[in-house]
Amino acid sequence: MIVGSQKPIEEIIATTCDYKRLLVIGCGACVTVCFAGGERETEALASGLRLAMKHKKIKAEIEVEMNVRQCEWEFIEPLADKVEAADAVLSTACGVGVQFLAERFPEKRILPALNTSFMGGPTEQGVWLENCGGCGNCILASTGGICPIARCAKTMLNGPCGGSQNGKCEVSKDIDCAWQLIYDRLKSQGLLQLMTDYTPPKDWTPARDGGQRKIVREDLKIPND
Amino acid sequence: MTEESNLEKVLKSGKFAVTAELGPPKNGDAKVVREKAKQLKGAADAVNITDCQTAIVRMSSIAAGVIAMEEGIEPVIQMTCRDRNRIAIQSDLLGAWGLGARNLLCLTGDHQKFGNHPQSKNVFDLDSMQLLDLARNLRDAKKFQCGEEIEGEEPRFFIGAAENPFADPFEYRAPRLAKKLAAGAQFIQTQIVYNMDKFTKWMEAVRQLGLDKKIYILPGVTPLKSAGMARYMQKNVPGLDVPDEYIERLKGADDQQKEGINIAVDIINQVRGIEGVAGVHVMAIEWESAVPTIVERAGLR
Ligand code: SF4
Ligand code: SF4
Repeated sequence: MIVGSQKPIEEIIATTCDYKRLLVIGCGACVTVCFAGGERETEALASGLRLAMKHKKIKAEIEVEMNVRQCEWEFIEPLADKVEAADAVLSTACGVGVQFLAERFPEKRILPALNTSFMGGPTEQGVWLENCGGCGNCILASTGGICPIARCAKTMLNGPCGGSQNGKCEVSKDIDCAWQLIYDRLKSQGLLQLMTDYTPPKDWTPARDGGQRKIVREDLKIPND
Repeated sequence: MTEESNLEKVLKSGKFAVTAELGPPKNGDAKVVREKAKQLKGAADAVNITDCQTAIVRMSSIAAGVIAMEEGIEPVIQMTCRDRNRIAIQSDLLGAWGLGARNLLCLTGDHQKFGNHPQSKNVFDLDSMQLLDLARNLRDAKKFQCGEEIEGEEPRFFIGAAENPFADPFEYRAPRLAKKLAAGAQFIQTQIVYNMDKFTKWMEAVRQLGLDKKIYILPGVTPLKSAGMARYMQKNVPGLDVPDEYIERLKGADDQQKEGINIAVDIINQVRGIEGVAGVHVMAIEWESAVPTIVERAGLR
């Protein structure tokens, strides 16, 4: 899932305090699961903002709406009237949801309440870790199901760098060395040969460097005749 | 065989080689490079010119290497993957060759977190293994990384790499050397050796794979300037394992710098006795003037 966390409240106040009628829209998908922009967090954020406005003696109406998924038009559409009536919209969805709102309501100020961080998942209560960097050409088959693109600080593709120590990355004692994990996994599977084989430079064209990426599925497209 | 590098000639001749290291200044003053070069001249067969080591902005390794050459030093240009993509790397390699550099050391590079611009975006388009392969292909296949032919003069570097025998997973470190050899490395300079047991074990594994016959191995030696520095390294540089014995020796000495040099000479004598060691890489960090003494005292000059 997409994992994010709420921006500091001061930053949110600074971007929203000029608007009399503010609509805060939460999202029922990933950000609900990671406790950043679900109903509870969105309501709590709205209450916090109301208090802050009162404190600043600013008269503002702050309303909350939820939708199933902010990253699909059909779930945004039912909110159209409310959005039109507001001066600005604060979205507690991920960066995708914010952009979908902004695209659907181009004349409206659409503001992000979250810092969207990565694609990953929870590993224990209250802890989320990154797993995938969306490189567009998955190599997990040769790395024991552990991604060195997202999880190695240097995106090494040919084994650990010289900084790997006691299972940790040279960057921080709090970060596991992805290549130590890969080594252990491949060893246990009897596949260490994969780390002896040379991996050539990665073709980054399917990755982040070519402008907005697009996937087209002709089989799913609706014919327009 | 590239034959244009003095370092390569020395290593091929079977003579115990000495490389040293020159850290370019954190400014644009060529005099600093000249001064350090003068101190190192004659003490080493070639001198590594570091590439923004520990991710701190310094004069470029190629520029400093050219200045060092003017002082009669043969440089080993260090090239990291941290700050350049494959386009910039190849461009710099063409330039370094054109300016007369003949040795290249291919590194992944320290993470920018350790330097003075931790907010920067890193590149790591390639890793050290891929950089080795790239440099070799420029030379032997006369091809750029994309496969395009080089028309005209190709860079024909004598190619080296680094290895850290003290990093983890330890059992992978000798196979990793084999991988570097296969990717194009002709010589290897290691992380600083203080932990002789581990280094000896690593060399055993290296010999078992027959690598010592195919690649020149130069263990890293760094003189400890003071007990304080030794303790700092022991505490803060993971894997370096500076033994307490050295710290005690430094503490007990009237002249700690002198004792630091004594220890370095001892280490050189020890690694020299290990089968498969082809030379030493003496890194006197911001203490270039110590190198001639160490080399002389170790009987290498
Ligand atoms: S290899 Fe690429 S696609 Fe696969 S998990 Fe890593 S970043 Fe994601
Ligand atoms: S220590 Fe491990 S995770 Fe960190 S940069 Fe090196 S190989 Fe990657």
